[in-house]
Amino acid sequence: MKITDTLRYASDAATGTPLRTGLLMLAMSIGVAAVVILTALGDGARRYVVGQFSAIGSNLVIVLPGRSETRGFNPANLVTSTPRDLTVDDASALLRVSGVLRISPVLIGTTEISAAGKLREAMMVGTNDDFIRVRQLKLGLGHFLSKGDLRHGAAEVVLGALIRQEIFGTENPLGKTVRIGDRRLRVVGVLTEGGSGMGMTTDELLIVPVATAQAMLNTNTLFRILVEARSREQIGEVKTRVLKMITQRHEGEEDVTVITQDAVLQTFDKILNVLTLGVAGIAAISLAVAGILVMNVMLVSVTQRTGEIGLLKALGATSAAVRQLFMVEAVLLSLTGGMLGTGLGYLGAAILRHLYPTFPAYPPLWAVLAGLGTALASGLIFGVMPARRAAQLDPIQALTKR
Amino acid sequence: MPEAAESLIVLNGIDRTFTLGDSKVHALRNVNLNIAPGEYIAVMGPSGSGKSTLLNLIGLLDRADAGTYQLEGRDVTTLDPDEQAKVRSERIGFIFQSFHLVPRLTAAANIELPLTLSGMPAAERAKRVSQALKEYGLTDRAQHRSNELSGGQRQRVAIARATILRPAVLLADEPTGNLDRVTGEEVVRLLEALNTQGMTLIVVTHDQALGARARRQIRMDDGSIVSDVTSKPSQPT
Repeated sequence: MKITDTLRYASDAATGTPLRTGLLMLAMSIGVAAVVILTALGDGARRYVVGQFSAIGSNLVIVLPGRSETRGFNPANLVTSTPRDLTVDDASALLRVSGVLRISPVLIGTTEISAAGKLREAMMVGTNDDFIRVRQLKLGLGHFLSKGDLRHGAAEVVLGALIRQEIFGTENPLGKTVRIGDRRLRVVGVLTEGGSGMGMTTDELLIVPVATAQAMLNTNTLFRILVEARSREQIGEVKTRVLKMITQRHEGEEDVTVITQDAVLQTFDKILNVLTLGVAGIAAISLAVAGILVMNVMLVSVTQRTGEIGLLKALGATSAAVRQLFMVEAVLLSLTGGMLGTGLGYLGAAILRHLYPTFPAYPPLWAVLAGLGTALASGLIFGVMPARRAAQLDPIQALTKR
Repeated sequence: MPEAAESLIVLNGIDRTFTLGDSKVHALRNVNLNIAPGEYIAVMGPSGSGKSTLLNLIGLLDRADAGTYQLEGRDVTTLDPDEQAKVRSERIGFIFQSFHLVPRLTAAANIELPLTLSGMPAAERAKRVSQALKEYGLTDRAQHRSNELSGGQRQRVAIARATILRPAVLLADEPTGNLDRVTGEEVVRLLEALNTQGMTLIVVTHDQALGARARRQIRMDDGSIVSDVTSKPSQPT
């Protein structure tokens, strides 16, 4: 029997019983759709978390002065035991490294702020205008530090929300002058409440231009340099290039440490991937149930069609041909159901995305392929038994039945 | 018995025993039979006499427990199932009391079935099927399913299906059992016409009138042939 004829005969047999075929394909498609939708949810959760991490600056590469790891004996260690300072010039140089989107030098110190007769101790951050973008902070009032030469700081300050409240209350602080340390700075902006990061709240920060801070703290060195890579994929390259650049500038000595936030993110990525796999596993159970249903239906089909099977044998069909007919039918049923389910799953995921636009519920390709593959495999595996039973049927008994 | 002519079917000492529960039923006991090409045989006997078993055995649907069966000079008892299927496909045509049409297929598709199973190319199949439809006067019924056909038409489809590969032997098990007298008569004439063309016809029946039309009548009882009469060629038809 030709394979095209086998296919046609099997699909005729399947469409000959529309209700049974329909129900079976429904069960199979629900199984596959469950896999597709649940993995879309799991993977969506992963993308969502990664996205959120990216939002708080996951593309960050941070340069710290000094080397954190210890190396073996090195003659250079004898000559210079103290690391070179990380300077504003280093920071400016990093802007020329390819893959770097923006940089932010950071200098931190404690100081006092006083205005309207109130005095408060506060943490001061000296940085540049890009800091707000690098750290993804939000401004409540006014504007952030103005763009300018890193070495000539303007006399301006951005206040944390709590400081503003404690010093000015409900009064508008914009344009007012505050005394910070021994300088008088003009308030140009106020951060929104609740910002946090790097282990401290931004509510109690004073943000001033880096040169101003250096002058106040009487230092040339930086606390660290924040480097933002253009994309997540470039983080690795940027990290090496940054290290190379600084090493070059520091006369070939590797006296800085470069770290990324990506390591944390990768851990999350891994955890959520496992979660997705777990969810897919649960969904696969419904596929297995659908597979058993295929077997059930095919067994019923064999019982109902004994007469037909006997006839086929009387007409000269070999056992192999009969087995093939039933196998092909089972595979056709599960595969069609599987494809239907994939469509349903994509539709469901699309509806989810429509309902929750922030949630990227896209089914991963591997899950779709696995779903279809499982449908096909269950058709093959669970089709074997009914097909064998059909092939082994005694033609006389099959014919005399009914 | 036409010993001289080259035999089409030779059964030698055939035994067939069924086990029902713990009792054994002898469906066939030491059956010896010699059938020449082109014979018209009626096998008669009460229910359970073994006549259907005999027919199934000749049709290679059943195996003998003992004895040999030669079809066209070839021992077919020892063939493996796939080879037997090939013999069934090419040399044997079956006609059943309940027609056994595949209900979801059209008349044409039912007739085509043996050709499809044998792996014949589609173009050749279509040609043969349309010719068969014409021969059996079913051309205008070609696209009807079996539930849209009358009993006589169904049996005609079944006969067309059984003979489309030009088998040597046509085995009919109560071919008129489910038909009224007039259509039954029609079907018998059709079968007899095929026999006249040279096809060996073996009919199993309860119907004495139908059995009487055959040139050779075999009576069976309790698994044995009790009488084997060949009447004169002159037939009342």
